[in-house]
Amino acid sequence: MFDLANLNLRLCLLCDQEITHKVSWKNVLMQEPEMLICVECFGKLDPISGELCQICSRVLSAEFRRDTLCLDCHRWEQDPKWQGFLTENRSLFHYNDFIKESIATFKYRGDYAIAEAFSSFIKDALPKLAFDSIAIIPLSSERLLERGFNQAEALVVTAGETCIQPLTRIHSEKQSKKSRRDRINLPQVFQITDPELVAGKKILLLDDIYTTGSTLRHAAKALKLAGATEIRSLTLAR
Amino acid sequence: MISPHVITPYSSKLQHHLSGRFLLAAEIPFSLELLTEHIESGYVATKVGVIRQNDKYRCSRCSNRNQQLFYTFPCNICQKNCTYCRSCIMMGRVSECAELYSWTGPELIFPMPPKGMAWDGTLSDGQKTASDRVVAAVEQNEEVLVWAVCGAGKTEVLFKGIETAISSSKRVCICTPRTDVVLELAPRLKRAFPNVKVAALYGGSEDRHVAAPLTVSTTHQLYRFANAFDTIIIDEVDAFPYSMDTSLQQAVQKAKKQTSATIYLTATPSRKMQQEYRKGTLQAVTIPARYHRKPIPVPMMKWSGNWQKQFQKKQIPPQIQSWVRNRIERNIPILLFFPSIQVMKESLPLFQEIEPGLLAVYSEDPERKEKVTQLRNGEVPGLLTTTILERGVTIHKLDVAVIGAEHQVFAESALVQIAGRVGRSADHPTGTITFFHYGKSEEMVKAVLHIENMNREASKRGLLDV
Ligand SMILES: [Zn+2]
Ligand SMILES: [Zn+2]
Ligand SMILES: [Zn+2]
Ligand SMILES: [Zn+2]
Repeated sequence: MFDLANLNLRLCLLCDQEITHKVSWKNVLMQEPEMLICVECFGKLDPISGELCQICSRVLSAEFRRDTLCLDCHRWEQDPKWQGFLTENRSLFHYNDFIKESIATFKYRGDYAIAEAFSSFIKDALPKLAFDSIAIIPLSSERLLERGFNQAEALVVTAGETCIQPLTRIHSEKQSKKSRRDRINLPQVFQITDPELVAGKKILLLDDIYTTGSTLRHAAKALKLAGATEIRSLTLAR
Repeated sequence: MISPHVITPYSSKLQHHLSGRFLLAAEIPFSLELLTEHIESGYVATKVGVIRQNDKYRCSRCSNRNQQLFYTFPCNICQKNCTYCRSCIMMGRVSECAELYSWTGPELIFPMPPKGMAWDGTLSDGQKTASDRVVAAVEQNEEVLVWAVCGAGKTEVLFKGIETAISSSKRVCICTPRTDVVLELAPRLKRAFPNVKVAALYGGSEDRHVAAPLTVSTTHQLYRFANAFDTIIIDEVDAFPYSMDTSLQQAVQKAKKQTSATIYLTATPSRKMQQEYRKGTLQAVTIPARYHRKPIPVPMMKWSGNWQKQFQKKQIPPQIQSWVRNRIERNIPILLFFPSIQVMKESLPLFQEIEPGLLAVYSEDPERKEKVTQLRNGEVPGLLTTTILERGVTIHKLDVAVIGAEHQVFAESALVQIAGRVGRSADHPTGTITFFHYGKSEEMVKAVLHIENMNREASKRGLLDV
């Protein structure tokens, strides 16, 4: 049964405030999707739009671009060792203080529900990307036991999709401590567990944040060398 | 010391860490092996983090029962669908597969400090009466409300009681809804009790593992305690979130020992507390006068027409306009309270036409602290604000106006607290407080009565200089 009273009482998954949702016959009859976050929280999100880098969807600025690419992607693509592995990355929101805090609560406090708060945005983005399977970046096993979930998997599952885990981590050191050169020169970060999962397929990598793009490029390279045809990626923020 | 009951040895470090606490394994920096040993010998007890009863979940740490604040996820730790509490998630996840640890072994006794108190200030007559009452409550494990007007000097009232507790090895906790207050209170207590370890607890504080005879804590941090305190002092008992959140009240109950003293502090007790006091079910002591022995300025009520409509037309109601101009001309710093952020933001440019230096402060304002400091230092002629500045702000010399005082956000307690900002210092014990309104509310009338009653009682008890 449809409970009118309940529609009003839903709490925002990001701020715990009641979502004051206008109940009209139209949205009852049409069964409009239930709001998971409130208008205030929605307003604090900053969607990425404008003229974007063709590969990584960074907003292009005059001094940091080469034609249709940002300078970073241009450099990656100039390097024969890295050329062409990542076809496209889509990131949904700018990494502002609000989403930074939400992602920190999600990952470091272990608040899985935050994945669901963003699920409708992930759902909307998926049809715009060509893929056969969604793959996730793995966590180290210690991290997984500590946190209880893989944040990328949580984003996939709450969006109603399934994912494959064709990769494992070889190096578990903190990548943020290394310079860009170190990261690029690392021989391998990921290993393929099961090439059959990816061979001949278009793979979409999903993760929470796009920082330097090096993690995703390492994963893309491993997948492509294992026979995947195209690698795209989708992240919540960058 | 040899105790006849103790047979198995135990880790005194673990005892220090866990006594009176209620912690997740991740918050205990000892090996699982050591913990297990202590559990087996009965020195450590565990409790399931989230309990399911009759299809309803309940959090063992924060007592949350709001089912919408539980979430079930596929957990990699227990390999099941696992439910956790979102109400206290900021302190780390408590779930069905998480356990909370507490110390059940020999009680941790804090050694008596060589010399207790270094504070040697004098108390006003009103403070003295209250201080004696607090000491008695500590000694006899009673519950007492200290109803002290804004500016009475309530912290000093606690010192003697704290000394009494500590010198008989009792563990004391002062808890307050605001981190600012913890940060301000901790150094004052350290100065007053130089030989006593003081732990300051708030989100992200470094003292979170410190076991101390004297703890100052935000109300939320109490979730991490169980059966810990002999004396618990609850500051601003009527303020959010303590008054709003029953789970926090349960946290207070859980944090104190079964036999313990509870001291409530406030200038504006809730209606329920006032009723209990009048019925005699709650003991109370009042401090109706300020430390400087001058009466509290009584609010003036001034009709200012339909202020909302006038602001919409980009006009300041003339009564309010002349009030502001008058203060600016006479160089008197002002605080203007608005019923909502929206009205405040919309009318800021209008007020800046009168005086460009006026600023607005709102709750999520990153420069909130700086702006208040600027007002205190006379670098800013005045601030527009919402109820967020109703408490805690003390400015040397100040006139205050409430705009739209009949609005529902201005409850009696809020109005009394706002009026309490005026006339705080002995150099400037007067100052004016004006309630601008479009029809008096019951709460406004009650607030004025409240202040008049306090002044009358103060005068009757000889606590005012004539
Ligand atoms: Zn929200
Ligand atoms: Zn790019
Ligand atoms: Zn909880
Ligand atoms: Zn679990």
